[in-house]
Amino acid sequence: MSTAWIAVLCVGVATVAIKAAGPVLAGERELPLRTGRMVALVGPALLAALVATQALTTDEELVLDERGAGLVAAAGAIALRAPLIVVVLVAAAAAALLRVIT
Amino acid sequence: MFQTSGSRSSYAAGARAILPLSPAVLLFGASFGVLAQSAGFDPVASIAMSATTFAGSAQFAAVSVLGAGGTALAAIAAAVLLNARYGPMGLAAAKAFRGGRPRRALESQLLVDESWALAQQDGRFDIRRMLGAGLVLYASWVGGTALGVAVGSSVGDPATLGLDAAFPALFLALLVPLVHSRRALAAALAGGGIALLLTPITPAGVPVIAATCGVLFGLLPERRREHEARETRARPARQGRPCPGEATS
Repeated sequence: MSTAWIAVLCVGVATVAIKAAGPVLAGERELPLRTGRMVALVGPALLAALVATQALTTDEELVLDERGAGLVAAAGAIALRAPLIVVVLVAAAAAALLRVIT
Repeated sequence: MFQTSGSRSSYAAGARAILPLSPAVLLFGASFGVLAQSAGFDPVASIAMSATTFAGSAQFAAVSVLGAGGTALAAIAAAVLLNARYGPMGLAAAKAFRGGRPRRALESQLLVDESWALAQQDGRFDIRRMLGAGLVLYASWVGGTALGVAVGSSVGDPATLGLDAAFPALFLALLVPLVHSRRALAAALAGGGIALLLTPITPAGVPVIAATCGVLFGLLPERRREHEARETRARPARQGRPCPGEATS
């Protein structure tokens, strides 16, 4: 078997298992109050981490580039209560425009 | 908490909400297909990876490691580390899944950052929105990969169109409504801060998993004033829809 196929199979099996673990193993159980309160914060904590890493990092470095500018533009659109699609388009347009200019 | 109507519309709402981003996902899928080919993947392996792993960052990491001459073990470790975040994400969404174990296992495969983020609704996890959005994302990602494999390097760079800036904007837009308490704000700031601090010093994937530590703010006792404020805010909504975060916080 080629190296590529070994990677495809191992990564595939591992990912399927990781994604299924929570819903299959913890789905029917009632969580204790404290655990429930912590689980409710997974959303804010991980979404903020995704925003930070996808806008401000490349590989293993902190980078301030067009994506950061796009994020600022998106924040402005969010503050003006723009709908989701507008927020996303504003960010993409700001980043694309900056890349054309610079 | 019972949903008496609109189950169909909930799937559709998820699909509709992600639709504007699906061209971006398609293009990134295509660039994955191109990169995988150049790293020595045969066409079937490239598409099989998108169909089974269905997680962009991990797939890019795996083919980059192999393309740079790394071992299979290094590629697998990098990808698995990047996908480890789906552990806490799946746990947070677990209660929303319905049916027996096979169905839960199958539906959980549509869990990706974007579908998970879009399903965060009024402090609960809307599984139907996740599934609706997940199906559109899956079709775009796998279809995009096939396109990239077929068309090759004539696929444009998604960054030229600013599409790489679209995803953090999406996550920010979905984060803002979740930050409705001091604890949620603390968890978000901690999560983002931890991720940035760890990026230069840990392997890719670790920063986002470590950001989960932000949930420890859930252990703090709720301030009395905040509790009262929330009670007052919640009251008018009592008869109608379930109010944000009531069940959990």
